[in-house]
Amino acid sequence: MDRTTTEWNVSLNARASLLAVVLLVLGLGLWEGLNQVPILGGGGELSEYEQLMAGADETAKVPPPSEVLVRAWEELSNPFYDAGPNDKGIGIQLGYSLYRVLTGYLLAAVIAIPLGFLIGMSPLMYKALNPYIQVLRPISPLAWMPLALFIIQDSEASAIFVIFICSIWPMLLNTAFGVAGVRQDWVNVARTHELSPLKTAFQVILPAAAPTILTGMRISIGIAWLVIVAAEMLVGGTGIGYYVWNEWNNLDLTSVIFSILMIGVVGMLLDLALGAVAKLVAYQE
Amino acid sequence: MSDRNDHNSLGNPFDHRQSLTHGRHCDCHDCRQDAAAHLASDGAKRDAAQPANSEEMMDRVVESALVRGMFGHSDMHRRQFMKLVGGGTAAAALASLFPMDAIKAAVKEDLGPLEKTQLNVGFVPITCATPIIMAHPMGFYERYGLDVSVIKTAGWAVARDKSLNREYDAAHMLTPMPLAMSLGAGSSPEPFIMPAVENINGQAIVLHNDHQDKRDPQQWQGFTFGVPFEYSMHNFLLRYYVAEHGLDPDQDIQIRVIPPPEMVANLRAGNIDGFLSPDPFNQRAVYERIGFIHLLTKEIWDGHPCCAFATSAQFARENPNTYGALLRAIIDATQYSSNPENRSEIAEAIAPTNYLNQPVTVIEQVLTGTFADGLGEVQRVPDRIDFDPFPWHSMAVWILTQMKRWGYIDDHVDYQQVARDVYLASDAREVMRELGYDAPEENSRNYQIMGKTFDYTQPEAYIESFDIRRS
Repeated sequence: MDRTTTEWNVSLNARASLLAVVLLVLGLGLWEGLNQVPILGGGGELSEYEQLMAGADETAKVPPPSEVLVRAWEELSNPFYDAGPNDKGIGIQLGYSLYRVLTGYLLAAVIAIPLGFLIGMSPLMYKALNPYIQVLRPISPLAWMPLALFIIQDSEASAIFVIFICSIWPMLLNTAFGVAGVRQDWVNVARTHELSPLKTAFQVILPAAAPTILTGMRISIGIAWLVIVAAEMLVGGTGIGYYVWNEWNNLDLTSVIFSILMIGVVGMLLDLALGAVAKLVAYQE
Repeated sequence: MSDRNDHNSLGNPFDHRQSLTHGRHCDCHDCRQDAAAHLASDGAKRDAAQPANSEEMMDRVVESALVRGMFGHSDMHRRQFMKLVGGGTAAAALASLFPMDAIKAAVKEDLGPLEKTQLNVGFVPITCATPIIMAHPMGFYERYGLDVSVIKTAGWAVARDKSLNREYDAAHMLTPMPLAMSLGAGSSPEPFIMPAVENINGQAIVLHNDHQDKRDPQQWQGFTFGVPFEYSMHNFLLRYYVAEHGLDPDQDIQIRVIPPPEMVANLRAGNIDGFLSPDPFNQRAVYERIGFIHLLTKEIWDGHPCCAFATSAQFARENPNTYGALLRAIIDATQYSSNPENRSEIAEAIAPTNYLNQPVTVIEQVLTGTFADGLGEVQRVPDRIDFDPFPWHSMAVWILTQMKRWGYIDDHVDYQQVARDVYLASDAREVMRELGYDAPEENSRNYQIMGKTFDYTQPEAYIESFDIRRS
């Protein structure tokens, strides 16, 4: 009985991987096949008009995956070139974006976690602050941008502020929720051992609420990475968002698709990193 | 700088091996290859021919300007001549003809020490900004001792905000923007000055290919048009054009603000039926086979201003010498761009990713005026776009009348006073004369716009003369 289950599991995993690969090949093949660039007419002299129009395809098509791969190879083989303030390698652009995201995110964590603790431990604070949180939470990051630019008077700091303001809410709410949800028995045990409130907070409540807090942090980093692309498209200058905008400006979909993939990969790595931290603090009841 | 890298606007003008057409940070194909070669050979050996400090640099600039002038700015002829007679002979001959030392001293005295040499200048990636952009790869900023970073900006709202908060020392703007900013229309009021216009003409009305049979504006009922910004010549010219054809721009058509780079994508997606936008996006729409050029804006008003070079009054006050040097560089670059012979070379210099990020052929079609119109014809309009730095006060007055006409400002405006405060015609005239270009004597003149006369002395009466207006 036991043996068959394992076999079944192994073959399930194997079959899942196989299916994933088949889907990928099928998808890419279809995409490639449907989007072949037509070969332009059989040589011959082009008229002046045709020469002026040459280069662009007869009808615009989504670039096939082979082109995206070639572009990816070009960009990734020289990721750190710097050809002036408006033309930098993909590695430098991602570096700028990560710097902004991590700065805004860490600032948000420094404020959200203590504040969340306070809200979670005190029903009074929760009731008093809740209306504000509910109003501020759903505001789109880009709506903040004009105001931030006007008040902060610096586009770099404004981008970081937008990350901050958008990534603070999930951390705040999850911390409050986690702290409020710590089992009353455990707090009572701490009380019978005559632990000081500070010790109770750090030695009982924090470890108990840690998995919920980490979930909030994981949601937040995802949001922060979503927001940075939009913010950089608006403010421009540097970063992966600017890269997308700049290639859109040139209607270069190959580069846009490549950067979409890069955004996805980096977002996944950020999530995996926080997932690994979450495993460290997880516990079984 | 090794002797391999001979592309330099500060190169020795008496040396036939050196090209003077490319700046140190030039991004064009040749220079990139050269820079690569320069890195590969570990030739850190300093070229003795390079000027070492600002004094020498100034000397070199004067020599260079004279020599270039003698050869009509043709670098090929200069190099052939120097090869033939030898640089030393030519230098001696030139010195006997011109009081070189006196000229060098005069130029230095004029400029004075620069308060600030590292500047940030913002631009929106369109061909209107050509002089501001090409001054970088082609070494015009360098020539006046400035180290300028030209920074690409996503749209005019951001360009305005970055200028207001001093991230940009100066910026490429639309001619109505400094007027609007100084009046506080659409932003907090802040005195801005516009010492130079960049380009005249150079815009177009583009329609989607589906509308090839609707060339009469009266058939445009219900159309949606894109313009790059509210306070833009594009908005005012489109409104003027459709109103002259009997359509009310606020009721019969919809005008939507779309940043220039997003115009073509929106036209392709069918979000808009057409746009009046800056190039290269008009030509790009043709190149992508999405739209056709219905009308060049020079047909509406030949010689209309479009984009401008602007900075805050505070920057000019606090850094008079830097402001002077920057203005000289810009006016010099604008005049250089105005010469049709230089246009192809400029197209190549500003097409790379660092600047416009567009195919060279698209930029070239815009700048040379030999272009495919999207209807199967090749058109030859050499003045499709032109560059003229002089900021006429009457241009400002016209723009103000349109802002009032369409309700962007409703208070009483002292047209002439605002024009004088913002459009610094006398600064431009002084610099233009000093650099040896012709500048007009007067600050204002009347215009013919679609056959209707604009009298700059009667702005209110001009507004009253229109049937379709908001005020």
